[in-house]
Amino acid sequence: MTIEAQLHLTRDDFTLDATFCVPSHGITALFGPSGCGKTTLLRTIAGLEKEARGRFVIGDTVWQDEARCLPTYQRELGYVFQEASLFEHLSVRQNLEYGFKRLPKKKQRFDLDQAVTLLDLTALLPRQPARLSGGERQRVAIARALLSNPQLLLMDEPLAALDQQRKQEILPFFARLHSELDIPILYVSHATDEVARLADYLLLLNDGRVQASGPIADMLTRADLPLAHDHDAAAIIDATVSGHETQFSLARLTFPGGQFSVPYAGRSNGLPVGQRVRLRVLARDVSLTLEQQTGTSILNIVPVTVTALDEENTPQSRAQLLAQLDANGVPLLARITRKSAVALALEPGKPVFAQIKAIALLD
Amino acid sequence: MLSETDILALWTTLKLAGLTTVILLLLGTPLAWWLAHSRFRYKMIVEALVALPLILPPTVLGFYLLIMLGPNGPLGSLMQSLGIQSLAFTFTGLVIGSVFYSLPFVVQPLQNAFATIGRRPLEVAATLRARPLDQFFSVVLPLARPGYLTAAVLGFAHTVGEFGVVLMIGGNIPGETQVLSIAIYDHVEALEYGQAHMLSGGLLLLSFVLLLTVYTLNRRYRVTSI
Repeated sequence: MTIEAQLHLTRDDFTLDATFCVPSHGITALFGPSGCGKTTLLRTIAGLEKEARGRFVIGDTVWQDEARCLPTYQRELGYVFQEASLFEHLSVRQNLEYGFKRLPKKKQRFDLDQAVTLLDLTALLPRQPARLSGGERQRVAIARALLSNPQLLLMDEPLAALDQQRKQEILPFFARLHSELDIPILYVSHATDEVARLADYLLLLNDGRVQASGPIADMLTRADLPLAHDHDAAAIIDATVSGHETQFSLARLTFPGGQFSVPYAGRSNGLPVGQRVRLRVLARDVSLTLEQQTGTSILNIVPVTVTALDEENTPQSRAQLLAQLDANGVPLLARITRKSAVALALEPGKPVFAQIKAIALLD
Repeated sequence: MLSETDILALWTTLKLAGLTTVILLLLGTPLAWWLAHSRFRYKMIVEALVALPLILPPTVLGFYLLIMLGPNGPLGSLMQSLGIQSLAFTFTGLVIGSVFYSLPFVVQPLQNAFATIGRRPLEVAATLRARPLDQFFSVVLPLARPGYLTAAVLGFAHTVGEFGVVLMIGGNIPGETQVLSIAIYDHVEALEYGQAHMLSGGLLLLSFVLLLTVYTLNRRYRVTSI
């Protein structure tokens, strides 16, 4: 099942011309600089931009095509706005019930209790929205959107208005949405760390057009896209906890390209065996060697194949190259000096070892 | 105490103001909505027309209404040809005049309320499956409550104080078109200052109490609505 779109919208100072096809499950991030049309695209999908033309199909449901255009209230969607738009004249409970009450009985998939439990809202139910914190308001807004039984959840930078602490407070709930519900989410963001943590699929927007789209791990490491050339360029790896070295407080993580050891101390659940985790490896934390080193303090070394060497496009990085690596199908990046590339005679297809100095656990 | 004609004038006034307010809230809602949300390029022409009664001498408004509604006016002659009696010097004519006269006092608070609420709550309601009318009644109306209260009280109080328009198109027929402000004028003309005092003081008190109610209630709503 896929989500297919071909949407056009012309305004005085802006043209949206977005054609894309993304999977209808998991979280797809709409990513791009401010002003590139992320929010406008999301509003167009919701039917909130009346002048938009084109086609939008989710699974086998047509929301818009040349012949007809469903008004917003007939599209089975949930929309979480950037600033939580709770109805100020209604209590939290009444806000949650607003969309739910308007569904036909057979469409009421979630009940109030489920949504309240999922987003931990029990204590907030009798309150007025004015008395909630920013993070609490967004949780209510998400639960309210879920209760209207969406086929597609649209989220417009739901964390943008929150400070770091509130973000940390709400991020685990997104992970729960992802693992416990089978609702596709289109998630607008301009924060790389949010995208790296949450997204399965990435849609890159620039100046009203779709620049590229694909699975997150591929998109972050594609040399033809700006993300791989960012100062914080990184690869994303999904791994599974396969064991522990308790005397060193390390967890063993397995992924198709090999194994990593990372500290689990300080993790609330101690990383139980079987848990899926997402890792981020910064390009600047990866170095390359021709033979597997012994007698090194670096724990994480995996065999990889060089797939490409790319020029960095900023003047100050003339001394550097970006090496694209393949660890048994998993893409990795290494930022190395041009001199080292010559010394090691690196070229596409050459097998080398990647030494990884630091690995970040993202959830 | 109040004479029979004074009580009749009081009753006519309250009936007129009440009816005018109800009509204005009904007509004013779509008009204020349109003014608050339309992107029509010449919207300011309509806005200026709505605001006109704020500065126009009521006698001018009354004069043109008299011409329009009178038996020889365009509307009046049309109605007479249909066998309907002319509206000049009738209670219905007064209501029509008052609707024009108090229009800005009802439309402007509503327009402000709608503009303050903005489109966002409607969009949110639409994403939660509410149809357009449902959006209006379940979201806009409750959020605009302070605006409606202000509009109703201002419209009512302003109509109670109406004089020039009534004089022009209503005449001074007790029980039909004689309202309080004209009764006061008559008393003063006849040097009946005691009765003029009673009616004037009553109106003063009524106006003050109405405004006080608006300000008190609006402050209470604002606390819970922001």
